[in-house]
Amino acid sequence: MSEMLKVSDLHVYYGSIHAVKGVSFEVHEGEVVTLIGANGAGKSTILNTVSGLLHPRSGSILFHGKDLRGVPAHKLVGMGLAQVPEGRHVFLQMTVQENLEMGAFSQPSSGIEADLESVYQRFPRLLERRKQIAGTLSGGEQQMLAMGRALMSHPKLLMLDEPSMGLAPILVEQIFGIIRELHASGTTILLVEQNAQAALEVADRAYVLETGRIVLSGTGAELMASDQVQKAYLGG
Amino acid sequence: MTHFIQTLISGLSLGSIYALIALGYTMVYGIAKMLNFAHGDIIMIGAYAGIIAVAQMGLPPLIAVLLSILICALLGVLIEFLAYKPLRQAPPLSVLITAIGVSYFLQNLALILFGSQQKAYPTIVQLGQVTLGSVTIDGITILTLLVTALIMVVLSFFINRTRMGKAMRAVSEDKAAAALMGISVNRTISITFAIGSALAAVASIFYGMSYIYIKPTTGAMPGIKAFTAAVFGGIGSVPGAMLGGILLGLIEQLSKTYISTLWADAIVFGVLVLVLVVKPTGLLGKTMNEKV
Repeated sequence: MSEMLKVSDLHVYYGSIHAVKGVSFEVHEGEVVTLIGANGAGKSTILNTVSGLLHPRSGSILFHGKDLRGVPAHKLVGMGLAQVPEGRHVFLQMTVQENLEMGAFSQPSSGIEADLESVYQRFPRLLERRKQIAGTLSGGEQQMLAMGRALMSHPKLLMLDEPSMGLAPILVEQIFGIIRELHASGTTILLVEQNAQAALEVADRAYVLETGRIVLSGTGAELMASDQVQKAYLGG
Repeated sequence: MTHFIQTLISGLSLGSIYALIALGYTMVYGIAKMLNFAHGDIIMIGAYAGIIAVAQMGLPPLIAVLLSILICALLGVLIEFLAYKPLRQAPPLSVLITAIGVSYFLQNLALILFGSQQKAYPTIVQLGQVTLGSVTIDGITILTLLVTALIMVVLSFFINRTRMGKAMRAVSEDKAAAALMGISVNRTISITFAIGSALAAVASIFYGMSYIYIKPTTGAMPGIKAFTAAVFGGIGSVPGAMLGGILLGLIEQLSKTYISTLWADAIVFGVLVLVLVVKPTGLLGKTMNEKV
């Protein structure tokens, strides 16, 4: 499997706060890789740095061998990198369909119709609500919209930031079901989650973050079995 | 009755000038989350551009109009690039004060370039009067109404239906998410300033033709009135700016005719205070709560 994303010795600061302290990891084509860890461990910071919203102090981010440092955030989608941000960040005052159209902003407009159709097929609920203002959707629907919106850009790498946050258990299950489907259809996924149990279940490989450092890594199953992870994250 | 209808029509026409300017305020506020207090002075620059193009360079009126629009659009983009862009991450107060600084800069620049004496705005188009029954309406008034209505329709279409317009709404709502969609936030802000300033240039033409005399501080009053209109309608809301502008023009003209010319401005601003007390977000402004 070829390397899609390779992050090496990444350091990110918020002002004087050292949030990410020399993190290295990689994601191979077709994999689901998850970063788990408690609130404040630096998971979202890493995703936001990869997607260009934050800038690293040092370290490198290679995507298909190309250094992403200095590439502005809005150029990354066109390169095949899509992020579903934490808290979903759908455009609340725009309709469901307009949100999806925005997801395709980097794409030629000729393909939008077909892409809309395939997103609606995956999320029939969005089809029912397509003329509705996104702000009127429930949290779970907004999460589906945020994921559908990211899929509109035909991402090679889909980065999901806390997709289960604030959702009822049944919806969490549904969201993870969709992640499995996307994985099965060959999408490469980098998943950041606080819900370690669910994340490890879907992940091929996983990294455990603690206060800005990777403290453990392995396959999803390995980490699930590890005492350390059991104690710290799975309530075992 | 005739008098009343005439007052209404001139109020509508004045209001549509305010609306054109208010659109610039509200669009820039929506996208850049800043009050561009130099916006009124763009009108003044547009008016001088018209005067120079017609009276000194002898250009045909239509070319002069287009030139004035182009100059204002470029000036708006330039101001944003030089003065506001470096302050993108700065506290709002710094940006506000910078905007006031830019406003004084433009006024004083005009003072140096064009002198303190007022100049007469040329006749761009020669229009007669239209008489309907006992009501007589100026051609300029009708032209103002028609052009503004057309601009509003086109602008609404642009914002609601086109890719770029939707991208503008996306940026105004959530810059980070818009960037993740592949939308260049900087470019979108530049385009917004260009559109807002172009609308101010259009307003300057109607303003110049109605009020004739232009001086370096000409932009201040219509600027502040249009700002009031934008807040009145709900700042950040495009239909709000249109409605606010028209209502403000009507209130001003009706007060001038039926109450007192002296009191008209006080009444206009008084209405604003009242609206804000009752509905702080303005007539069409809305607050949206995020759902979790």
